[in-house]
Amino acid sequence: MPILHALQETFGHVPQQAVPLLAEALNLSRADVHGIVSFYHDFRDAPAGRHVMKLCRAEACQSMGGHALAERLLHRLGLDWGGTTGDGQLTIEPVYCLGLCACAPAALIDGRPLGRLDQERLDAAVNEARNDWSRP
Amino acid sequence: MNAVPPISAASTPSGIRIFVPRDVAALAVGADEVAGAITAQAAALGAAITIVRTGSRGLFWLEPMVEVETAEGRVAYGPVQARDVPALFAAGWLTGGSHPLRIGRPEDHPFLVRQTRLTFARCGIVDPLSVDDYKAAGGYRGLAKAIEIGGAATVEAVTKSGLRGRGGAGFPTGIKWKTVRDAVSDQKYIVCNADEGDSGTFADRMILEGDPFCLIEGMTIAGLAVGATRGYIYSRSEYPHANATMRAALDIARAAGLLGRNILGSDLEFHLELRVGAGAYVCGEETALLESLEGKRGVVRAKPPLPALKGLFGRPTVVNNLLSLATIPVILDLGAQYYADFGMGRSRGTMPIQLAGNVLHGGLFETAFGMTLGEIVMEVGGGTASRRPVRAVQAGGPLGAYLPPSQFDTPYDYEAFAARDALIGHGGLVVFDDTVDMAHMARFAMEFCAEESCGKCTPCRIGSTRGAEVVDRILAGRDVAANIELLEDLCNTMKFGSLCALGGFTPYPVLSAIRHFPEDFHRGRLPAAAE
Repeated sequence: MPILHALQETFGHVPQQAVPLLAEALNLSRADVHGIVSFYHDFRDAPAGRHVMKLCRAEACQSMGGHALAERLLHRLGLDWGGTTGDGQLTIEPVYCLGLCACAPAALIDGRPLGRLDQERLDAAVNEARNDWSRP
Repeated sequence: MNAVPPISAASTPSGIRIFVPRDVAALAVGADEVAGAITAQAAALGAAITIVRTGSRGLFWLEPMVEVETAEGRVAYGPVQARDVPALFAAGWLTGGSHPLRIGRPEDHPFLVRQTRLTFARCGIVDPLSVDDYKAAGGYRGLAKAIEIGGAATVEAVTKSGLRGRGGAGFPTGIKWKTVRDAVSDQKYIVCNADEGDSGTFADRMILEGDPFCLIEGMTIAGLAVGATRGYIYSRSEYPHANATMRAALDIARAAGLLGRNILGSDLEFHLELRVGAGAYVCGEETALLESLEGKRGVVRAKPPLPALKGLFGRPTVVNNLLSLATIPVILDLGAQYYADFGMGRSRGTMPIQLAGNVLHGGLFETAFGMTLGEIVMEVGGGTASRRPVRAVQAGGPLGAYLPPSQFDTPYDYEAFAARDALIGHGGLVVFDDTVDMAHMARFAMEFCAEESCGKCTPCRIGSTRGAEVVDRILAGRDVAANIELLEDLCNTMKFGSLCALGGFTPYPVLSAIRHFPEDFHRGRLPAAAE
């Protein structure tokens, strides 16, 4: 797992080419390694957008209107969960609980926490990310 | 509530100390910007100050809550935004001056006055990465005591304290430790379950960020008690800030001789590492967690064998929730009887309750077992944040039951909750107002289980998907009565046929929603609830 986290940290995803190398190094079958990579939600098989927003879908955020907020955002961007905007700038991923349940709804954008989200704050964060061409 | 411990200022620079939380919940609402504004304004005014970053006191509706050290003690202001800072200086906050955001001494705040903080005695008060702060506030007295009395007496003290697993199962911690202590093996392990995936919970995170040495000390005591020299903390990738703080604390502890060999000058040896999961909720289940720690898919193991006998890498292993381990130091320090004197019935001691969701005063409320659910939600929590009536409270995370206000007389106690087909779980309470659609919540529970199922056992893997489909049929108004019966039957199969709590407990939210809020499942005949 620490190896997979390091790969994703470096490449933004776990490249397919890494699987046989890992299998060889760890004395596992390629099927075993694939099984592990595909089991965990975090590991992507393709690069994400330049910025990644993890939006919480769990109950506490729902109780504060998180569901409607997320639906509206996805609709506006024309995306489904896990999708990336056409310009490659922003990926919206679901997350189940960031531990920010007492200041819901919450999100994490490039590792930066956002709490007490309303449409205005969320849109501002999304627009900022879409206009920010630097790598986080 | 313990008094603010006197902290040695020998190593701190001069100037008035201002405490700004670095807890991620405070960061999410602007704590870093506030700290920056304070530094800038103090420089502009030529005021001598030192900013100390702490964990959170757990009054999240007041975050960012800033405390200034004055002659009358620490005085809190909140919720502070960066734009408020010039006015706070102008109001003389460095000497506790009055301002609309002034809260007063945190210890006098009703939310804290009503609490009994044992596990969270230091959180939000001390600098989480200062060993000196930690020791000055009572840290490492518990381990010194454990070294003095030895492993067997330590296990006995934990048993006598009545501490039960704070992860949800409520298994007596002392009995688990004794099983591991009595097992014979060349290597034993202590594993901390910090995979706090339940929505509405954040107590583990607060300790990781606000008092990490408390966990390190608790795990070291566990190692001493059962004869384990290695430990792992299994945390979540969703907690990057907590993990960074914990990693830093581990480095500091190693450098200070608090981990490794000859701890506190004794012959005690204990090595501790942090491992981070990768977004799989099921890894909070102890056997799936062990599989994940071993680098495998987080698939649940059948029990027996118990992890206490065959756990990590097949060796005897203590797997405890973070809150259980973080409570060990205070039990050793102040005595088993002191801890056991709190609580009711078979639920001894205190529980860090987490009030979340649509609640006016959300945060961390540690109290002895026995308060009623209604007191906690309505009196402490102040009802909903939206100021609409409370319709439901989900207790114990995504696998916990939804309770209606008619059950607010339930005492907060493991057995009392179980008697009402509900769980305390990890202590989370998520409040919903009257706009919630409970059939939607029931569907969400099934959908979540389907998404997170490890796939090993059929009732959970298939049952959850079929469950979501059945709720969809109910929502569409097709054969409602027959489909509700089918859903109840499916829930029973999942409850009794699943290997672990994921499939086994998903029926709690679903069945409680059907039982207490049947009107939401008959939308063909009734309009949707106030949406």
